[in-house]
Amino acid sequence: MSIESFMNDAISPWMKNEGPESDIVISSRVRLARNLQHIPYPIIAKENQLGEIISQVKEKYAGQNHIKFGVLELLQMNELKENEKRVLVEKHLISPNLSRETKAGAVLLSEDESLSIMVNEEDHFRIQCLLSGFQLDESLRYANDMDDWMEEKLDFAFDEKRGYLTSCPTNVGTGLRSSVMMHLPALVLTKKFNRILPAINQLGLVVRGIYGEGSEAQGNLFQISNQTTLGKKEQDIVEDLRSVVSQLIQHERAARESLLQQSQILLEDRIYRSYGILAYSRRIESKEAMKRLSDVRLGIDMGLIKDVKGNILNELMILTQPGFLQQYAGEALLSEDRDQRRAALIRERLKLELAD
Amino acid sequence: MLCQECQSKQASLHFTKIINGEKTEFHICETCAKDKGDYIPGSNSFSIHQLLSGLLDTEQPFSTTKESPSLKTQREELTCKNCGLTYQQFAEIGRFGCAECYRTFDEKLDPIFRRIHGGNAEHAGKIPKRKGKDLHVHREIENLRSTLKTQIENEEFEQAAKIRDKIRSLKNNLQEKEGD
Ligand SMILES: [Zn+2]
Ligand SMILES: [Zn+2]
Repeated sequence: MSIESFMNDAISPWMKNEGPESDIVISSRVRLARNLQHIPYPIIAKENQLGEIISQVKEKYAGQNHIKFGVLELLQMNELKENEKRVLVEKHLISPNLSRETKAGAVLLSEDESLSIMVNEEDHFRIQCLLSGFQLDESLRYANDMDDWMEEKLDFAFDEKRGYLTSCPTNVGTGLRSSVMMHLPALVLTKKFNRILPAINQLGLVVRGIYGEGSEAQGNLFQISNQTTLGKKEQDIVEDLRSVVSQLIQHERAARESLLQQSQILLEDRIYRSYGILAYSRRIESKEAMKRLSDVRLGIDMGLIKDVKGNILNELMILTQPGFLQQYAGEALLSEDRDQRRAALIRERLKLELAD
Repeated sequence: MLCQECQSKQASLHFTKIINGEKTEFHICETCAKDKGDYIPGSNSFSIHQLLSGLLDTEQPFSTTKESPSLKTQREELTCKNCGLTYQQFAEIGRFGCAECYRTFDEKLDPIFRRIHGGNAEHAGKIPKRKGKDLHVHREIENLRSTLKTQIENEEFEQAAKIRDKIRSLKNNLQEKEGD
């Protein structure tokens, strides 16, 4: 398979569009948890009860044409190969938990993959809308539309006092988790992020990153999301997150500006070294790849690297995950082989970029 | 440092979560992280549940070894009729078993919800469009009633009569539906 057609399959169509503020905000996501009234939740339900939900989904939603999202395709976990499931996980379309739910787990996918509905994960339904860039309001609107559309045909468990009832008490009420994935290299580099963090947390928001040795998050990527789901309106939950993200964007822009003014040569040196490693290395571990990709992305977004497009970080972040590498190779790979494949894929991808 | 999950491999991922100002650190090895699925940014199952099970433990009034017999019976009685989950099991796994559990454990839920949801225990958001229709109508009737009251106080009787008719017809519709 050529790298181009592989990538076409591997990258969700929604991701190819550049969203607002996409130099800092990678993606925005809204998820709504919904359940049926009478069937127990998946952790405790019997197989035939979960099977009943699958039949309902097949009858009422699968293959149906939704005005905004087109035809919804149903993928059942027990009909997918291991690696196909892994790819869905790496595209953030399903959770690792669902991929292991082989008995009755399924996902409904929209044509552009911006909308996915996990069936029989922790809750009976998890409606998720994922958009590129900073589009929280749109994500909420689309998830809400889908919620209304589904509710025309099935009764969701709803209680006047507690709201939408969910398996986990952390989701009850709105069932809403909104989150934004941000690339904040300059705030990390200038060591400002750790000082901002406590203020964000005081607002009831959660920040997640993957921390390796030391304090830097892998790829300088952070996910910020709401913790509270009960007692607030959906719009207010999303607005609280939106305003914090807006402030973070400003802080990150200011930090980039000050880096440029105070240490441009140092910054350029770091960015071009990383570019060199990505363009020529023969083996690269996932952690290092993330770090170098973050540098190059920063260089692109600051206008220091001009001949490469900015969404390369988003793409390669996904493409260099083990599941994709194995799908590209067409076989299971040992970790050393993966490092070799990863380096090759990045080199080819960069070459493709320059040839454009 | 050893992995806190398997206690056998070296911890290579050091994961910090700060929720409402409370800092929790996780030190786990790559294998366990992958098992948990938490090495992918965006997945969010692991820590909340850890936090929650810890939290529910402190909320759990029966976790002490000394138990009076009456408390014990009370605990045994709290079992969901629909799915069979006991309150004890709920506290251990940090999950409800079904929608009916909410009603069964209702008297114990307020403090739990308040701790998780920044002091809130009651829903203020969306109402389902179709199923919540009656709820919407009830709310509309409430609103019309308060309008009616002010109009009568202001002696705007002509308008008040219209509002009264509207309330009447909304109520009739509700009753017809409930009679179905
Ligand atoms: Zn381990
Ligand atoms: Zn129950």
